[in-house]
Amino acid sequence: MTKPPSLSAPTGLSVRHRWEIGVGVAAALFFLVVFPLLNAHGMVSNFTINLWGKYLCYALLAISVDLLWGYTGLLSLGQALFFSLGGYMGGMYLMRMIGELGQYHKPIPDFLVFLGWTELPRFWEPFTSFPFALTMVFLLPGVLALVFGFLAFRSRIKGVYFSILTQALTYGASLMFFRNDMLMGGNNGFTDFKFVVGYDLRQASTQRGLFIITSAVLLLVYTSLRLLSHTKFGLVQRAIRDGENRVLFSGYATAHFKLFIFVVAALIASVAGALYVPQVGIINPSEMDPRKSLEAVVWCAVGGRGTLIGPILGAIGVNALQSWATVGKTAEYWLVILGSLFVFFVLCLPGGIVSLPAQIAGLWRKLTAKSEPSASEPPAKSS
Amino acid sequence: MLSSIRSILSFFVGLAAVTIAAATESPRGIISSAILAEPEARKIELITSLAGESDASIPVLLNAWKADELFLYEAAPGNPVPVQLIGDKDATDTQAALRVANGLPLTSVATGLPLRLIAADLTAVEHTSALRRAMKAVLDLLDLAAPDLTKRLQAIQTIGFAQDVEKIPALEKRLGLETDPKARRALQEALAVTRLKAADPATQLRALAELKELHSLSSYDLIRATMRDAAKAGQPAVAEAARVVLKTIDDHKGTINFFGTIFRGISLGSILLIVAIGLAITFGLMGVINMAHGEMIAIGAYTTYLVENIFGTGITIPCFGFSLAIPGIHATGWFYQSYFLFALPLSFLAAALVGVGLERSVIRFLYRRPLESLLATWGVSLLLQQFLKLMFGSNNVQVSSPVYLSGNWTVNDIIFGWNRVFVIGFAGLIVLGVWLVLTKTSLGLLIRAVMQNRNMASCMGVRTERVNMLTFGLGSGLAGLAGAFISQIGNVGPSLGQNYIVDCFMTVVVGGVGNLFGTVISAFGIGLVDQSLQQILLNPVVGKIVVLVGIILFLQWRPAGIFVTRSRNLDD
Repeated sequence: MTKPPSLSAPTGLSVRHRWEIGVGVAAALFFLVVFPLLNAHGMVSNFTINLWGKYLCYALLAISVDLLWGYTGLLSLGQALFFSLGGYMGGMYLMRMIGELGQYHKPIPDFLVFLGWTELPRFWEPFTSFPFALTMVFLLPGVLALVFGFLAFRSRIKGVYFSILTQALTYGASLMFFRNDMLMGGNNGFTDFKFVVGYDLRQASTQRGLFIITSAVLLLVYTSLRLLSHTKFGLVQRAIRDGENRVLFSGYATAHFKLFIFVVAALIASVAGALYVPQVGIINPSEMDPRKSLEAVVWCAVGGRGTLIGPILGAIGVNALQSWATVGKTAEYWLVILGSLFVFFVLCLPGGIVSLPAQIAGLWRKLTAKSEPSASEPPAKSS
Repeated sequence: MLSSIRSILSFFVGLAAVTIAAATESPRGIISSAILAEPEARKIELITSLAGESDASIPVLLNAWKADELFLYEAAPGNPVPVQLIGDKDATDTQAALRVANGLPLTSVATGLPLRLIAADLTAVEHTSALRRAMKAVLDLLDLAAPDLTKRLQAIQTIGFAQDVEKIPALEKRLGLETDPKARRALQEALAVTRLKAADPATQLRALAELKELHSLSSYDLIRATMRDAAKAGQPAVAEAARVVLKTIDDHKGTINFFGTIFRGISLGSILLIVAIGLAITFGLMGVINMAHGEMIAIGAYTTYLVENIFGTGITIPCFGFSLAIPGIHATGWFYQSYFLFALPLSFLAAALVGVGLERSVIRFLYRRPLESLLATWGVSLLLQQFLKLMFGSNNVQVSSPVYLSGNWTVNDIIFGWNRVFVIGFAGLIVLGVWLVLTKTSLGLLIRAVMQNRNMASCMGVRTERVNMLTFGLGSGLAGLAGAFISQIGNVGPSLGQNYIVDCFMTVVVGGVGNLFGTVISAFGIGLVDQSLQQILLNPVVGKIVVLVGIILFLQWRPAGIFVTRSRNLDD
């Protein structure tokens, strides 16, 4: 089903690890310090930093997909749902912070005025508090993932059935959020945000702050997952991907492992959504389109699944490509590009961009030493 | 000589008499004479004699009369001519004038040219309240005799709901003349409803008995009002009778809803079955997750669209920026209506060809990697959507469905739309066809052999690659057929397939992968549950969400669907 994994247990700091740490620290410094500084001094435009903030949120979403698909072999098409749920929870807080600055100058959100409400519905009230909204960003997607995952893994739904069911869940949720009676903004969703914890969202400094927070969260998620993948837990996780029944018969409760991973992935996606909404300034049910989940899978596939850096590269790369391609004449060909990317990476480069150096090196060896039949093995692991 | 002159004269006189007689018999003539007639009783008599006539000039003239647009023009003193002034006033306030008697323009005796008159100079034809009442009665009853059945039915209903006791004689007269069974029924209903207002309780009871007999749904509220009034007026017998009638109607309504829901459920199930049966082959039998299945449906729909236009006046499509004009053969009548019969095989072929191309270029590399075939075919689905967009434009196109699909049968107030009946028949034919192909042809035998045990079939000399290709082609072709069919009941657009893909997968998964019969059962099951929930929850979207949640929970209970393909392999 997937590429043979690297099962080499961690043995001290190899050259490769030192390299990785070096590059990681450099990237972290760049995104956390240098990039915002350049923006503060006007060398990077506000638009660019906002755009990159969006990319990093997408990178978080891609990591959550990869954690499930690349590491555990569960292709979830419901990550867009958790992403949007996080976004909606954050969005509700942001809607409350608009106060009376909306179109109708009423103390309740505009769309509620439009629907004929004169006072706030009950379930909206606590979202005036930031800690509550933050808790809900974790709680709601977490509980949903827990319940759905428990039911799905208990009855051993796997493979494509899991994908189709998560897709159905997302589809059902998007139908629900499209309804006006849901009191979550209907198909217009939430927009026109003004403040977050007292800072004006329309100010460049606030956006810069959000960018730094996003980078920090990404760094944190990356580091913890990197550490996790080197523990015994990470090994079991990958073993489930490659032969679930063997793991099961070796005495591991695979359902519990999968449930844990599913909930963690849902939380990552949810946080990504909550960070995405204030930076992009809108959340509506079209974010829950099953297509969005599949797009996140594309980022992951393009970057290289089963690695942690792959999804980040893929999300940034594909979205940068999209930003470039959807402007002007090429706009109507964007779907063609995206579709072709997908077919190409699945058919020709299943390891994604990350596997490219290894592939080239392998090809190079093959060319230089034609007599050795084992030269086609990816050599990158041993170096 | 003299006698001959006399005979010629008498001939002319006779001719004139005939003309006058004709003039007085036509509704226009009657109105004209009513204007001139004296006294008022005679006027009313003449106007009332128009009741039951359906001439188009009657409402025009009577309304003009009421609106003071009819005038008396005295061409010669003592000889007034009723005229109608129409059209806009010009600079000198003159208007065109028509004779009421024949509707022709009034001409000047001297020049023979049409005259234009000034309203202020003429005497308007007077109307008293008694006259206006008579006119209104005529106008109200006018549509009762309208030649158009729908208009007639509508008029009957309107009069019935007005519950005007004075209309009873007119309705009874009309009931004696009416021949159409639907209109007769409506008249009986209107009469009974009107009689509810009668002062005499015996008539009311008779009317209630009649309404009970008719299961009159539309008069429900009026009967309830009667019940309240009777209870207030201290007539417990009438109130009790009305309550019994209401109960009967409620029961009848329940029956109609029940059968109507079952019928709609079956027809929705048939739609699901038609769109999912192709997937039941590609996904169920072959195990390929074809996310481009929806686009195969769209291809079939667009093929039908092309065929329809070729049969018609031709079409210009924005094919990749070059306007491509496709000539039409300008077929008319039944030949044009039969385009659908030609579109069916062509849709199958078009989608099957694309399917075979897809299998050869992408899917055959991914048979062992189902998750990846999901992703790759999703990429293909994006490509195909964009291709369709560039080929046919991004707007929805309309395929006109043949005339024989509009209309319905109404059996005992339950409406069976022909398009829904057609859906069910079509689904039946397709399932029968697929079953025949799979069980009675050599291709079907090979397909089943390869799907059961690929290696063994290969050892026996079956060219499994070729069978894969043909099976996938068959599944895609069936999606194309579904598209041809979808084009008859909805709009066709590039993203048409996206609306069906989730439903398709649900249907196949619930039915049990690898089992065609399971797909049939699950399609009808989902259809019936969906329609029943809509009936209960009165909200299609909530109903759909409940169905999705229900499916997810159902799969907890039976993870492999309704019909499980038994296997000893742990990883299957």
